[in-house]
Amino acid sequence: MTFHVVVGVRLKEGLLDPQGKAVEAALPSLGWTNVSHVRVGKEIELAVDAPDEAAARAQVVEMAERFLSNPVIETYEILQVSQLVTLSPSDEQAP
Amino acid sequence: MSDHRPRIGVVTFPGSLDDRDALRAVGVMGGDPVSVWHTDRSLAGADAIILPGGFSYGDYLRTGAIARFAPVMESVGAFAAAGGPVLGICNGFQILCEAGLLPGALVRNKGLAFVCRLVTIRVEPDSAGAGDSSGNLTIGRPGELLAVPIKHGEGRFVASSDELERLESNGQVAVRYCSPAGDVSKDFNPNGSTNGIAGIWNEAGNVLGLMPHPEHAVDPDIGPTGGQPVLQWLVSAARARVPA
Repeated sequence: MTFHVVVGVRLKEGLLDPQGKAVEAALPSLGWTNVSHVRVGKEIELAVDAPDEAAARAQVVEMAERFLSNPVIETYEILQVSQLVTLSPSDEQAP
Repeated sequence: MSDHRPRIGVVTFPGSLDDRDALRAVGVMGGDPVSVWHTDRSLAGADAIILPGGFSYGDYLRTGAIARFAPVMESVGAFAAAGGPVLGICNGFQILCEAGLLPGALVRNKGLAFVCRLVTIRVEPDSAGAGDSSGNLTIGRPGELLAVPIKHGEGRFVASSDELERLESNGQVAVRYCSPAGDVSKDFNPNGSTNGIAGIWNEAGNVLGLMPHPEHAVDPDIGPTGGQPVLQWLVSAARARVPA
């Protein structure tokens, strides 16, 4: 079975996020003056072949801890695990 | 000092930029430079290793995160664990942190901008080349000021407060950014690095990570020579490993 997994990775709370600050500083110039505490993270999407959802999840946890995030500066969260019905190479053709 | 030129390996990853300068600097400073490729499993008999600057694997995911799993890094890890001298410069420093050979991490500069300029760094009074009492195997003299270039977008050193405390009390902070007169202050911190840290030692004192580029500053004909004491350390440490 193939599972679609989404992992969110963020800078740890309290760690200065210059990207977030830059975005925050740009918002008022577009008229949004009521926004603060902007932080920028990233989302990593994966398709994982595994016997069941628990196995897929366990593997992604290991990948997130060892590679996808750096525990010194980041936290991660598995945002979604769902079974993919079909995923063949033809699904990935260029538009 | 013997005439022996210790062999110093410079690892090239896809996206390394400063490997050529590092090889040249090793030669200028009396070492025998040898190239090591990222897929190599052996270190070509090197007595010391440099992980050079650049943007290995495009800095994708995080700086150094992918290079850290290159085949050569297993050998570099074993070499470091056996006391072999390893110098990581800029991206090399980032790789060493990702690999867990040095504590902490390097994140985006406080001001967001990529900084490319000459800075002054101060050799920390208590930086020891730890565990070594010869006084030889460290960078320069305590308090010495070195003019070296920096060029990075992600050079802000961060670590947990426990880790920082350990680094400071063990004398593992190698160099800090400072004013031309040697004062460490916010005004002379180019990237917001914690405590002005520009480079650190590992606990054993054989692995050194630096954001500034000593390999660009060894030749008096083309600029400042603040990089010499750093390369001197590496060459001396390598020579010390070669049976006389």
